[in-house]
Amino acid sequence: MNAIIALSLFGISSLFLGFLNNRKILLPATLIFILIALGLNFTDWNHEYLWFNSMLRTNNLSINFTTVILISTLFVVAISRGFGNDEEHSHPAEYYAILMFSVVGAIMMVTYENLIMLFVGLEILSVSMYVLTGSDKRNLRSNEAALKYFLMGSFATGILLFGVALVYGATGSFDIHGIALAVKDAKSQMGGMYGPILTAGVIMMLAGLLFKISAAPFHFWTPDVYDGAPSLFTAFMSTVVKTAGVAATYRLLSTAFPDMYGTWGNPMIYITAITLIIGNLTAVYQQSFKRMLAYSSISHAGYLLITVLAKRPETNSSILFYSLAYSIATISAFAVLIVVSEAKSKAGKPDESFDALNGLSKNNPFLAFVLAVSMLSLAGIPLTAGFFGKFFIFTDAFSSPFIVFKSLLVLAVLMSAVGIYYYFKPIIAAYMRNGDTEKIEISPIFKYTLILTTILTILLGIAPDLVKKLF
Amino acid sequence: MLTISLILLPIIAGLLTLTTKGENAKTIASIFAFAEMILGAYVYYSFMPNATSQFAASYDWIHSAGIKFSVGIDGISLILVCLTTLMVPFIILSTFKNNYKNAPTFYALILFMQAALIGVFTARDIFLFYFFFEVALIPVYFIAAIWGGENRIKVTFKFFIYTIFGSLFMLLALVYLYMQTAGIAHKSDFESIYAVAKTLDITQQSYLFGAFFIAFAIKMPLFPFHTWQPDTYVESPTAGTMLLSGIMLKMGTYGLIRFILPITPLAVDKYGMIAVILSVIGIVYGSIIAIQQKDMKRLIAYSSFAHVGLMAAGIFSGNIDGIQGALIQMLAHGINVVGLFFIVEIIQQRTNSRELARLGGITQTTPNLTVYFVILMLGSVAMPLTNGFVGEFLLLKGVYQYNAWAGAIAGLTIILGAVYMLRMVQKSMFGITSKITDGFADLTLSEKVVLFPLSFMVIWLGIAPNMFLKLTEPAVSQLLSIVK
Repeated sequence: MNAIIALSLFGISSLFLGFLNNRKILLPATLIFILIALGLNFTDWNHEYLWFNSMLRTNNLSINFTTVILISTLFVVAISRGFGNDEEHSHPAEYYAILMFSVVGAIMMVTYENLIMLFVGLEILSVSMYVLTGSDKRNLRSNEAALKYFLMGSFATGILLFGVALVYGATGSFDIHGIALAVKDAKSQMGGMYGPILTAGVIMMLAGLLFKISAAPFHFWTPDVYDGAPSLFTAFMSTVVKTAGVAATYRLLSTAFPDMYGTWGNPMIYITAITLIIGNLTAVYQQSFKRMLAYSSISHAGYLLITVLAKRPETNSSILFYSLAYSIATISAFAVLIVVSEAKSKAGKPDESFDALNGLSKNNPFLAFVLAVSMLSLAGIPLTAGFFGKFFIFTDAFSSPFIVFKSLLVLAVLMSAVGIYYYFKPIIAAYMRNGDTEKIEISPIFKYTLILTTILTILLGIAPDLVKKLF
Repeated sequence: MLTISLILLPIIAGLLTLTTKGENAKTIASIFAFAEMILGAYVYYSFMPNATSQFAASYDWIHSAGIKFSVGIDGISLILVCLTTLMVPFIILSTFKNNYKNAPTFYALILFMQAALIGVFTARDIFLFYFFFEVALIPVYFIAAIWGGENRIKVTFKFFIYTIFGSLFMLLALVYLYMQTAGIAHKSDFESIYAVAKTLDITQQSYLFGAFFIAFAIKMPLFPFHTWQPDTYVESPTAGTMLLSGIMLKMGTYGLIRFILPITPLAVDKYGMIAVILSVIGIVYGSIIAIQQKDMKRLIAYSSFAHVGLMAAGIFSGNIDGIQGALIQMLAHGINVVGLFFIVEIIQQRTNSRELARLGGITQTTPNLTVYFVILMLGSVAMPLTNGFVGEFLLLKGVYQYNAWAGAIAGLTIILGAVYMLRMVQKSMFGITSKITDGFADLTLSEKVVLFPLSFMVIWLGIAPNMFLKLTEPAVSQLLSIVK
């Protein structure tokens, strides 16, 4: 819990650091801040605590999710290169501060005990993201994305809040354990028939959360917003925000409403199926690498939801493993996208199509390799972390009591085959097509981050137990 | 430990090769490949002819899930380990004339491929098997897609997606089996899986059979899942084609023996006939197309498709002759097809053409090449005293025992095989010298170094097939005792 306090303080101090003339200090300072937060995060390990008048509850699961979030943030910050490219328009101190504040929100979303905290956390995270999405002020698409995200996002948050209110009305509690008790009572008294208020409340809360993790049919904002936002913040959105959203959904469903599986289980199965189909099939038709990654993030929301649905004790570690594998690979992919698209800018705008990657294996073999590993991981090919992520999900799903779940699994398998199709487009572009022979240079810290993410991806793909044991 | 080193040595060799520059890569890669061959020979000589899994090693891999890194070699694995360790050095030697760009990566990928193949053939845990099964695809995909011919991007992409698509179904089947194992802690080693398979009823087995069949039928490939194969073989660089047809294809047949027969015997009983019919269709269909081919590489690709149909039919017949025949034929086919593809490569290098119509009259100047070509060709058409004969004879006997009609139609393979092979040799080697074959130089030393051992093995294995058959028999009998 100290991580939340520390990060809030660090965020403010980073704003003050912005007054210094030396902007170069910001990047290392932020990295150190996040590392400290990561260390503080473990102070609550193996102790279940209630915090701030039982608003938040830390347990090992929430600490693990926080770890995944902080690690993702660390990598995103490390590939930010200090935002120093455009002296006039960039405000690095603000960006770093907002990033840290949004992480505070994300941590609250994975640690909440009281539904109010879920709402507050979600808002902190979302508002920060609205700002960051529009941070490329001169870019029309960035502005459009920010506005779109803001309008739809606030609507979704409203629905979530309404759901919270309805659940409170039905159960008389904001506390997720209190709600669980009330639901249990209702179950024993009414034999599994819940009042319309409670049912509507649960469904509305789910709708609000599923919007954040961009599950279909709440995904329509995703491609435009991901496409319009600066790539770095898209990377942040598709990793940290997604992990936090999935963790919050999982916490809500597994703690407060496990007894209502019959109510939310069925719609969730269909939502998962639609998400998998839409995410994967639409990704196939994309010409832009960045947009493809946006749809890929929708499809991965689908895989993650499978785990949320599966009732099995091992599920915790499966979600964590998948989130970690997915986040690391996605950040690698975005890192490559960022440098390549800037190096190959067309008419002053970064070129984010697959063609920008042509001939990358000659211009910069290292980046091409990083890209290949990350794509293989996202596609779930063995030797990469993504394979074991999918593998653990499939084993979880098989143990589910529902027959329909097994057909969901067949769908998931078919969709991973579709996934291979579009994840291989960048690899083919990088290795087999010829492009211009302009060398692409990258800074040392950027390079070391990518070495780290790539090694992690391969290491987790060979010895998943290294991490799975911890979870 | 020995098995582990068989897997590790090529990986280390591959990493070493990556650090070299230019020409050295070939030398380093071939030295390590020969070292691996010696290791393989040692395994062969110290192998006890019984049904146990030898040189076994087992480590915890994913402890929480009860998945082990467990490897071992029994008679069935032994044949394929021998094939892999034997062929890879020659595949590397066969590329000595070529100058590939990024040579270190090229040779490293071949060595990584070898490691993955050995892993597939020695794994004693279903998920380890799957892991290597998929990993083996990555190096060969890049070999084919980077160093291949003009259409390589499209063709190899189709190949990759097709095969992964199939193996994903196998993953589902494996996970299903794994979830059936009793206890809080599931198990995934072969013994537990075989044990749990006995408890499955016919419906469950049918689904599993379907899933496994799709995976392996695409890999081999069987009719009608073969559409990726000829294009991929033609577009790949010759070393890639050799790996694909010489060794990787056997992953499919190995899977049939290792998974379909012992895990879903009831379903094999029920649907085996369909599989045999598909295999037999493949034999006849592949042969007829091969007869009409103009391109030598494509012709051999289709002949390989026909041969693998016979192996599959033999395995699905589920008797000892069929399986023994399939095993020995896997080895024989690997040797023959690597040799034949190498000869095509030699012809192409000197004439820049693989088209039968433009070749001819090569024998005039090349006594050595002719002898080797004819020996390999005879092995491929199953002439008695060559390696192909033993395998095909046992296979046909097995299929005939299973169903006389299937056996009779499958028997056409010998006639049709002779037709297309003789036609190929005749059109390319004999007849009038054409413009491009004029002054065709005979084999150089480095080419002889590859072709002599291969031809020698063709005859040696034809005379003394027992040196392998007696090693595989206990394992095959035990497998059949599980089935019964």
